[in-house]
Parts: sequence; C-alpha cells; structure tokens
Amino acid sequence: MKLVKSISFFFIILLLANSSFAKDPSNLIVEIVDEAALILSSDDPVESKIIKLNAIAERSVDIEGIGMYTLGKYRKTIDVDQKSKYQKLFKSYFLKSFSSRLVDYTNPKINVVSQKKINDKYTMVNSILEATSKRPQVKIDWRIYTKNPDNPLIRDLIVEGLSLARTQKEEFNSIIQNNDGDINALFKTLEEFLIK
Amino acid sequence: MNKSVSILTLLLFLLLNSFAVAGDDGNLNVNKNNNNGYKDVKDCFEKVNRGIFAFNQTLDKIVFKPLAKGYRIFPQPIRAGTSNALSNLSNVVTIPNNLLQGQMKKAGVNSARFLINSTLGIAGIFDVASYYGLKKQDKEDYGQTLGVWGAGPGCYLVLPVLGPSTVRDTIGSAVNLIGGDAWYNVTVVNDTQHFSEADYYASRLLDGIDFRAKNLESFDSLEKNSVDLYASVRSLYIQDRYRKIKNIDKTTETLSDDDWEELDSQ
Repeated sequence: MKLVKSISFFFIILLLANSSFAKDPSNLIVEIVDEAALILSSDDPVESKIIKLNAIAERSVDIEGIGMYTLGKYRKTIDVDQKSKYQKLFKSYFLKSFSSRLVDYTNPKINVVSQKKINDKYTMVNSILEATSKRPQVKIDWRIYTKNPDNPLIRDLIVEGLSLARTQKEEFNSIIQNNDGDINALFKTLEEFLIK
Repeated sequence: MNKSVSILTLLLFLLLNSFAVAGDDGNLNVNKNNNNGYKDVKDCFEKVNRGIFAFNQTLDKIVFKPLAKGYRIFPQPIRAGTSNALSNLSNVVTIPNNLLQGQMKKAGVNSARFLINSTLGIAGIFDVASYYGLKKQDKEDYGQTLGVWGAGPGCYLVLPVLGPSTVRDTIGSAVNLIGGDAWYNVTVVNDTQHFSEADYYASRLLDGIDFRAKNLESFDSLEKNSVDLYASVRSLYIQDRYRKIKNIDKTTETLSDDDWEELDSQ
C-alpha cells in the first residue's frame, strides 16, 4: 500500500513538474518582446545588440524548421551533404537578416492581445506593434510550434496577414527554379548575402 | 473607343479564364488549388515583368522615395488629414464594390461615413464618422469583386509605374476608367466646373506618396534583406490580394498547415 502511495506521489510530482514547465505561447512572446525592447533601447553598440538579439532568436525560433519549410518542394530532392550545407547557410542568413531587420527599431512597443490554439502543434499569438509618428499600427501574428509544450518555438511571423515564412519560401524557390532546379544557385546567393 | 475597350476587356477576360482553369498540363499549370484555397499564380511573363520591376525600382529611387521622404517632413496631423481625405475619396470605388459583392451592411456604413466625413469632416480630412461609431472598413476594388465572383487571378503582371498586379486586377483597374470610379468621372471624363483632370492625377500621386511614406522603413528593410526582391514583392502582393478577396481578417483563416504538417512528418 505504501509502495502504491509512493508511486502515485511520484507521478503526481512528475505531472506537476511537467505542467509547471509548460510555457504559455503568449508568455513566450511577451518575454522575448520585452527582452528585445530592452536590448534595442539600450546604449549598447550595434554589434553588441546584434549578438544579444541573435541569442534570443536561437533559443526561441525554430530556425532549422523554418529553413526546411522555406526549401519547399526542393527539400525532397537534396542529399544529406546539401541539406547539412543548407542548414548552416540558412541559420547564418536567418540570424543576419533577423537582427538587421530589428536593429533599426529603437523602442518597438508590441502588445500581445490574444492567442488561439489551432491544434496540438500550433498556437497563433496575436499582437499589435503600436503606431509611431512615422508609421501606422501594425498587426503581427506569431505562429508558435507547440509540439513540445515545454519549449514552444516561433515558426512564422505574419505581418498584416502576410506570412514571412511563405514569402521567404517563394523567394528561395524562385532562385532555384530560375537556375534549372540547381540548389547550388541558392547556396551561392546566400553566401553572397552573408559577405555583403 | 468604347467598343475597342469592350473588345479588349473581353479578350483579357478570356485570357484570364483560360489561365484560371488551366489544368495540370505542362507550363499552363497555373492555379493549382492548394493550401486552403490559396492559389499559386503563374508568372507567365517573368522576364518582361522583371524588366519593368527594375524600371519601377529606378523610378522609385529617383522620384517616389525622395517625394515620400519630403512628405514625411510635414507634421503628423497634416499627413493624417491627407491620408483621411484620400481614404474618404476611395469610398466612391469601395461602395459600388461592396454592393457588387453583396456586402450591404458595409455599403451602408461606408456610405454614411462618406456623407458625414465629406461634410462635417471637411472633405474627409477629419474622420468624424468614427466618433459616431462608424468604424473604417477595408477598401474594395473591382479586381477584388471579380475574385469574389470566382475569376482566377490569371498571370502575375508588373505594370509600369503602378507596380504589381495580375490580369484580373488589371481588368479591375480598367473598370475605374470606364465609369466605375465616380471621382475619375467628375474630374477626367466629365467637364464639371468644379474639378479638373489635374485634381484626379494629383490625388492619385498623393495617394502613392502617402502609401510610400507610410512604408519607407518596411521597404528599406525588405530591400536590404531580400535575396530576390522581385520574388518577395510578388509573393507579398499575391498573399495580400488573396486575403483581401477572401475578406479574411483573422490570420488563422489565411494559413494552411499543409506544408508545415508535411515537414513534421518527414
């Protein structure tokens, strides 16, 4: 009887521990937005800001997943070596592009307004980037991959209904398609972007 | 002249439909229905389109971007007033399209907004209607109406100066010139003593500058981070039109999990 009690207690503790680690997708966005805002409004040099922003991206964005998504139909035709090369290149491209887009903002104010669970794997978090004197307010939705509830990851940003992942996919596919399906053309373009 | 316009419209419509219904037969596989109804739009004239796109980019650098930067110098209330007035004017196209799409309630709200803002709001400069609870609605145009009626987008096009479009949206824009735009009718077509052609072209130019000024940073960022800017703009335009035609407001309705699902299963 004691043993049964102990085992039950052990499982309850496990369950509690599990649920305490599960992260709410909205909280994830609030946390990273606050953290990014702090970095962007600081007096740190640009290089330091970029390093810190990239650290946020590496832990909260599913860079590998997005990379494979953006390959579209071509992800089925590449070999292991090409896949490995692509993943390395894509990660560098993503981080450079990510920090470069963000670093121009000095103090972005993003308010999370709601979230909707699409299925077990995805939750959409809706937020608003407040208007400034230069631009109107912008609706930003975050597609969060929640397959592992303890570690939700961002997979897409939808700005005013326009998916950045889809745009990226169509951009990469255009490059490959215009070079007779040769993935090396995409590698070359990404390498050129990285040394710019 | 009217006859030639009608014949041209008919020919374009036929072209549009032939692309819209083309099946899985080689290069004419254009509107493969996938991703929750999201349609792939074929870029049938990509080489020409890319040429016009490059021309437009140069024009933007020389003319529109500097004008937009200059426009930004004006105080925010002046820019907001200009934007409101232009938005109010666009109701003369939005309202008939609300009706054509069967959006009776929206047509009523937009008509009331137009009347209130044109009078109490001094030619639309002040959005007085919002204070009365008549919230601003999305713009509608004839290209969207054709889409709602079931016309496929046809091929993707880049028009000189005007930018991205599709065969369907170009036909939609042409409807403005054959009586579908009351503002065009009172300024360009009919010789009313109150307005001149210059008013129409000035309003169109200002509309373009206002849009460009609102998106200066976004365009710069897109340009800086794109590895194929032409393809990015094409993708953004097609996504935007799809969302507008479907009159979708919520992101969850615009997205398909298909490709992500496929990725997860690999």
